[in-house]
Formats: sequence, structure tokens, C-alpha cells
Amino acid sequence: MTAVETDARATGRLGAGRVGEDAQRPDGTLKVTGEFAYASDLWHDDMVWGVTLRSPHPHARIRRIDVTEALTVPGVTAVLTADDVPGENAFGLEHADQPVLAADVVRYEGEPVALVAADHPETARRAAARIRVDYEVLPALTDPRRALDEDAPPVHPGGNLVRHLPLRRGEQGRTAPVVVSVDVEVGMQDQAFLGPESGLAVPAEDGGVDLFVATQWLHVDQRQICLALGMPPEKVRVTLAGVGGAFGGREDLSVHVHACLLALRTGRPVKMSYGREESFYGHVHRHPAWLSYEFGAEPDGTLVYARATVLLDGGAYASSTGAVVGNAGTLGLGPYRIPNVTVDAYGVFTNNPPCGAMRGFGCVQAAFAHEALMDSLADAVGVDRVEIRRRNGLREGDRNITGQVIDSAAPVAELLDRVAALPLPPPADTSDIRALPGAVGNTTHGEGVRRGIGYAVTYKNVGFSEGFDDYSTARVRLQVTGGEAVATVHTAAAEVGQGLVTVQQQIARTELGVQQVVVVPADTSVGSAGSTSASRQTYVTGGAVQAACAAVRTAVLQRAAVALDRPLTGLRLDGEEVVGPGGEVLTGLADVLGDDAVEETREYRHRPTHAVDPETGQGDAHVQFAFSAHRAVVDVDVELGLVKVVALDTAQDVGRAINPDAVVGQIHGGSAQGMGLALMEEVVVTDGHVRNPSFTDYLLPTILDMPPMQVEVLEYADPHAPYGVRGVGEPPTISSGPAVAAAVRDACGRPLRRVPIRPEHITGV
Amino acid sequence: MRVVTTVNGTEQVADDVWPGESLLYLLRERLGLPGAKNACEQGECGSCTVHLDGEPVCACLVAAGQAIGRSVTTVEGLSGADGLHPVQQAFVEAGAVQCGFCTPGLVVMASDLLARVPRPTDPEIREALAGNLCRCTGYEKILDAVRLAASRQARP
Ligand code: FES
Ligand code: FES
Repeated sequence: MTAVETDARATGRLGAGRVGEDAQRPDGTLKVTGEFAYASDLWHDDMVWGVTLRSPHPHARIRRIDVTEALTVPGVTAVLTADDVPGENAFGLEHADQPVLAADVVRYEGEPVALVAADHPETARRAAARIRVDYEVLPALTDPRRALDEDAPPVHPGGNLVRHLPLRRGEQGRTAPVVVSVDVEVGMQDQAFLGPESGLAVPAEDGGVDLFVATQWLHVDQRQICLALGMPPEKVRVTLAGVGGAFGGREDLSVHVHACLLALRTGRPVKMSYGREESFYGHVHRHPAWLSYEFGAEPDGTLVYARATVLLDGGAYASSTGAVVGNAGTLGLGPYRIPNVTVDAYGVFTNNPPCGAMRGFGCVQAAFAHEALMDSLADAVGVDRVEIRRRNGLREGDRNITGQVIDSAAPVAELLDRVAALPLPPPADTSDIRALPGAVGNTTHGEGVRRGIGYAVTYKNVGFSEGFDDYSTARVRLQVTGGEAVATVHTAAAEVGQGLVTVQQQIARTELGVQQVVVVPADTSVGSAGSTSASRQTYVTGGAVQAACAAVRTAVLQRAAVALDRPLTGLRLDGEEVVGPGGEVLTGLADVLGDDAVEETREYRHRPTHAVDPETGQGDAHVQFAFSAHRAVVDVDVELGLVKVVALDTAQDVGRAINPDAVVGQIHGGSAQGMGLALMEEVVVTDGHVRNPSFTDYLLPTILDMPPMQVEVLEYADPHAPYGVRGVGEPPTISSGPAVAAAVRDACGRPLRRVPIRPEHITGV
Repeated sequence: MRVVTTVNGTEQVADDVWPGESLLYLLRERLGLPGAKNACEQGECGSCTVHLDGEPVCACLVAAGQAIGRSVTTVEGLSGADGLHPVQQAFVEAGAVQCGFCTPGLVVMASDLLARVPRPTDPEIREALAGNLCRCTGYEKILDAVRLAASRQARP
């Protein structure tokens, strides 16, 4: 076949790639040709392969580890255990409570116990199988609802409570004319990024190590690696390798320290790359949750009080459970005005797989409860399900349940109106079984199929909360090379697929007026960018790039003012030229800069947030809120319990879309993940064992499962954020699942208090 | 074992191949062609899709030895001297690429579809790509990309 015209601007969709225009990814071509180097693609002369031996038990004492046999396998270059960790044998995002390699106790199935390096991955795996670990199996605490009982065995010496967040607002013990309540259970979801955990560690001549790894936050990785290696940061240089999706699952360490340990021991580059099964053990999951909610309301549906208990299973180590509890508590009643509130959110330790960050972070679980309850309330008072939400929805200037004033747009009612106004799909076409539940399984030709419609709305904090010093750093350089002005942007912000590299280019083009912008690989040779999570990078790293560009621009114009002997005011950069107040060209950038480069580095911080009161949970915990609403339409075969999602439409306020096309892409993908949790995605854990660690048994939405999506993007600029942006990535994952669950309830008429919804829940057998 | 196979039109030789190695491992780790991706190595995700004698296969499910004497085309072989394959170009333009880990498998599969069915309907596109998982896009823009490539291909 022949190539087509490559000038996308011919299609009329693309502008010059500035802020607010649809811009193409700078890495798009490399990704479609297979040339983009993901972490699992890395290769080095002379490299060896590292593998991890993991615990088969959820709880056991290690009596003895014998590595002699493994060491005799030809091709093996190193076998390491806890004794070989030179620094502190501990890591963790919020608390360093997790051993790099288990020393005396294993606390979950899949906990790393030993490492092997060999010249072929299969050799390494076989050698690992010959390590003899003598375990004394201990009773495992696997029911989080028992974790805080008096007689529950402590998973850690300090007990099983990771965090309890109480929220008390208004009058306690209130009553109301209308009372509805619900108990909801949410299963454990996996991020299921497609690119496996991988990295390449290269020993350096200075005795340090260079690590190339797929991750979300280079500097926090570096801090933890240094602790374990007992090395200063200048000896541990971390560079972002190509990331095949993240969704929270790469916030904690995986191969990082292990690969470095093996590289330093063998003196050779070491590559580690998990298979899919190991990946299920190798990263944290979304917390399973048990939620008990009660709403009291006036006869017209106006909320009077809410009482809620949220229990999150944190698994064996803390990871980010504390912050997830913070969200599940402070945001856990949804985007509603509720004057009297009693909430208790708990995160506990068990011997289940560790849980931590995943897209939506604590709000996802809570939304299934508050949205189910809003439907119950609507039915109880005889008000339409959209109207009940409109009536109680937060508006700008309202206080939320922690007493924080919502100081920019809070368009709950408008989002609902917009999504409700979108065209509905036509009735099921029973002549085409591909369009029906069960599809080519040929389970129905329309008999027993009922249609249901469900709505949900949410809000989510953007950026790190509760007083965290949340900032990013950007270094921007401007120079003229080969007669063309080129801006170079350097940050440590992780591009994980979301399109931050494009955003950085767009901001630099906008601020500096240049067309050529190079985003160099993210690494630790520049200051921290914070995490690629909490929907924060466009806001915070975007703010840093904007600030650094502004500083570069000022420096260049100052030079021009001196050279031209004119006042600085009124000068601006336009393309390759410096222009005056009337737009007249005064001089060229090449003349101003010559062979010099102007480089500036800036940090950007969003407005400070504050810790909440430990007794009442009150306080200005968050810096920004992002709102979205979904409407799901489903056809359900109520006899077999099969669901076909027919439409999944949404409206979201994004503040300002830097790259509208990419914003819509985020909304599509986020919606798919929420739908997945509602209907199919669950890491099934029984007695502390993961039962389905594969893509055969952990079901992800395919292209056949996803319906067409109509997306309405609203842009109510946040006056406090750079360009008015509002975080985009997470809200869709929060509101889509509850909308799907509501639609299935609507179709089958059953309460459905557990997600993912299984066929037997729908049929009731 | 020695494996001699034609990859993207060039004969390739690999020595000391362990009999348990997959075609995917051979391509990625021995022949320097990491374009086909390793997301499940169990035939579930389609990220490793390549053509074997013109048929799309999951390279993770094919033993390296099975490729002896046969012809393999990987994503690296899709684009030619005159630029990107129309499907690749459409993926870039339609915003069908986020993390891109699914992309090589999808463009191989979609190019196969368009070679067989020049104007596929939406259900046909969905059917053809049902074995390719994408975790980032929700598939909407992947559909857009395939429609775009098909419409350009249909142009006289
Ligand atoms: S890697 Fe081959 S199908 Fe997933
Ligand atoms: S773009 Fe990330 S898996 Fe498809």
C-alpha cells in the first residue's frame, strides 16, 4: 500500500499545536512503527536477566533459605536474599514498612523473597525454583472486616489499623422524615496496564547505578532506592523508560531496587521484566471496600444528614492506603450538599495483596454507594433520578462535607442536564445478535432482554491533598540552531500514555512563540515533578513549564531591550522574531541569542492544602475538584444475567482543554475502566490467594464490550490554575461504573449491592 | 537449535535457541525487533500480533522453531520507504495512541482487516479487533482510526 498524505492539518482538525488546539503526540509515530522503547524493550550488551522468587503463602515465617543449588545452575551470576540488601531493607510510599526482600516473615502471597540473575530468563526462573525456602506457615488474616477485632492476629507489630478518618459535621444523631440505607461491596480491581513492570539497571564506574524504569514518580523511586542501597542520590540516577500505561499501579516500587541490587552485585547490566502472572503479584491493586451508608432527607428529597462507614482492605503493607482513606472519607458522600454528616473511613492491614493507588483513588468505591443511595432516595420520595441529584448537587460557593468552600465551578446540575439531553440509542435490534447480550454466543434473540438506564455523578480532588507540599519543576532552554529557534523542555514528569509530552510542547509553543519544541527524557537530573497521579500533571507540571517559559521569555526580551536600547515593556516574542507594541518586527531571535542558549528552571506549587482535623475531618483538604456525570444504557438478559452496554455517555468539566482531542481520549479510557469494574474486573482473592492472575481469568473490556460514547466537554476555567485547567483523568473512572450498575439495576429490578455484578446477582440464583 | 527465518523480507539466523522460546522472544530478544509487545504471553491480548506467512498470529503462542523456513512480518515491516502504512498514519492522526503498548498489535491486525475487507462496517471492525486489548483508549479512537484508514483507502 502507498503512504497517504502526512500533513494532518489538511484534515482541518489540527492547528499549530498550541494551548487549546488538537495536537499530535510527539511520540505517536515511534509508537505506531514499533520503535518507541518501552521499559521491557531495553537491551544492553552483556546484560543478564533478573527474576524474583515470591512467597507462595499469605503468611509464613521464613526459617531458612538455602541458595546453594540455585548457585550451581550454569549461567547463573547471582542469587540474593534479604542479607544482601546493603541499606535499610524497607520501602514504602507513605511508610517504609515493606521489606525489599522478606527477611523473617512473609505477609502476602507473592511477597519477594529472593532474586536470581542469569544469562537467559528461563535459566534464571529455573534457578529460582531451586532455591529452598523453609516456611513455617502461619494463620492468615484475610477478612478485613475482622482486622480490628480484639482477637485478630496483628499483621504488623503496631496492629492492623492503617488509618481511621472520622468526619463530623453539623448535628450528630439527626433524624429525617425519609431515610434510605444501603450496604455495598466493591471487589478488588487491577490497573492491568499492558506494559509489564520492567527496568534495566546499569552499574556505573562511580560505584553507583543508572536505572531505566517504567514508573510514575522518579524522585520518590530514587529516595526509596537510595534508602535500600545505602547510597546518596547522586549515585542513583533514575531515567524514565517507555511506560505502557500506569493508572496508579506504578506508584509503588516493583523491579527498581531488585534490578539495582543485582546490577551492583554482578557488575553487569540487569534487565527485569515481569510476565503477566507476576505482574498481578508485583503491584498494588484498588482497595476492595465494604460500605454502609444511610441518607436522611426531607419529603422533597433535600438531604438532611448522611451517616457512612467505609472499610478499605489495605492488604499486607501500607502503600498509599492512608491517602486513599483520606479521599474515601473527605469525598466519600459525593458532590452533594449535606449539612449533617457522620462518616468513619478505615483502612486496615490484612494478609491479602497490598492495595494502593488506582485511578479514582478512594472515590471510585464510595461512588458505588452514594450513587446507589441517591437512586433509592429518588424512588423513596417519588422524584426523578436526575432531578434528585440536581436538587442536592454542589454549586460554586457551597461548602462540602469537610467544610471546604468550592471556590470554582461546580456544575453538578448542568453536567446532569447535558448528559440527560444527549440522544438515546435506538431500541435493541433483535435481528442482529451481535448487538444483544451474549452476542454470538447465540443465547437470546431478544427474549428476556430488558433495557435499563442509569445515571451517576461524581467529584474528585485534583493534585495531592491534606497539606502535602505538591510541586513540580521544569527546565526550559531556548536557542537557535541551524537558523531555527528550538525550545527544550526538561522535567522529571512521567509520561505514561496520557499525553503530557504533548501538553509540554503546547505550553512551550504558546509561551515562547516557537514551533520546534523538544521534550527530553524525564530523569532525576532535574528537580522533582511529583507523581503522575491524582490527575495533577497538566496542572502542576504544566504550571512549572509555563513558569519556566515565562522566565526564559523575560530573559530573552531583556537581552533584546538592551541590544535595541529600548524599554522592555511592549516587547514580545513572535515566532522567530522580537516584535514591538505595534507588532512591528524589531529584531530576530537569532540576532538576540547568537550562539547562546537561555535556560531557566522554575518550580510551581499549587495553593497549599491543609490537614483535616483528626477528630472531625474538617478542613480545606483539597486544592481543586473535578466533576463528571455519566449516563449508561444497558440491555440485560435477565434470565441468563448477561449484560450488553449499549451506550455510555458523559459530560465533564475540564476547566480548560489544553489538548481537546487528548482530553476526550482520557474520558473514553477512564470510562472504560469504570465500566470494567462494574461488570467484569475483579482480582479474586480467597484465603489470601489470588485465583485469577492472568488475562484469561481477569476480564478486561474488549472492543466488543465497549459501546459508542458521546462526550460533552465543558470548559469552566478554574481561575486558580494555570490556563484554567482542571484535572481530567480520574473523574470518568468514578462516575461511569455506578452509572452502569444503576442501569443494570434499572433493567433487572434487583438491588445489586456488589460490584463487579455477576450473572447470578442479576438472575438471583 | 538454529532458526533460519525470513523477517520483514530479510533472512535472519539465530543460534542456540532454546526449544521453549517463543517466536516473540526470538524477535524481541535475539533479532532486535521489539516492536511486537509482550503484555500477556498467553494469547489473550494481541499485543504480539505479527504475520506468519501472511496470517496474523500471536507471536507469543508460536514456538520459535515453528518459524523455521517461514516468513514473518512484524510492525517494523509495515511502513515502507514512502512513509507510514495508512493504518499507522490514521492511528497517529485519530489520537488512537496513548501509552501505545497495544498499538503494534492493533495496527498489524487492522492492516490485515483492511487488506481483506476494504470498507468494513463497525461490527466487522469490532469483530476483527476483539482479540486486541487496549487499556487506555476505550477503543473509540481506535475505531476512528480504522474508519479513517478505510475511507482513505477507498478513495480512487
Ligand atoms: S503477548 Fe501474545 S497475546 Fe498477549
Ligand atoms: S494505548 Fe495503552 S494499551 Fe492501548
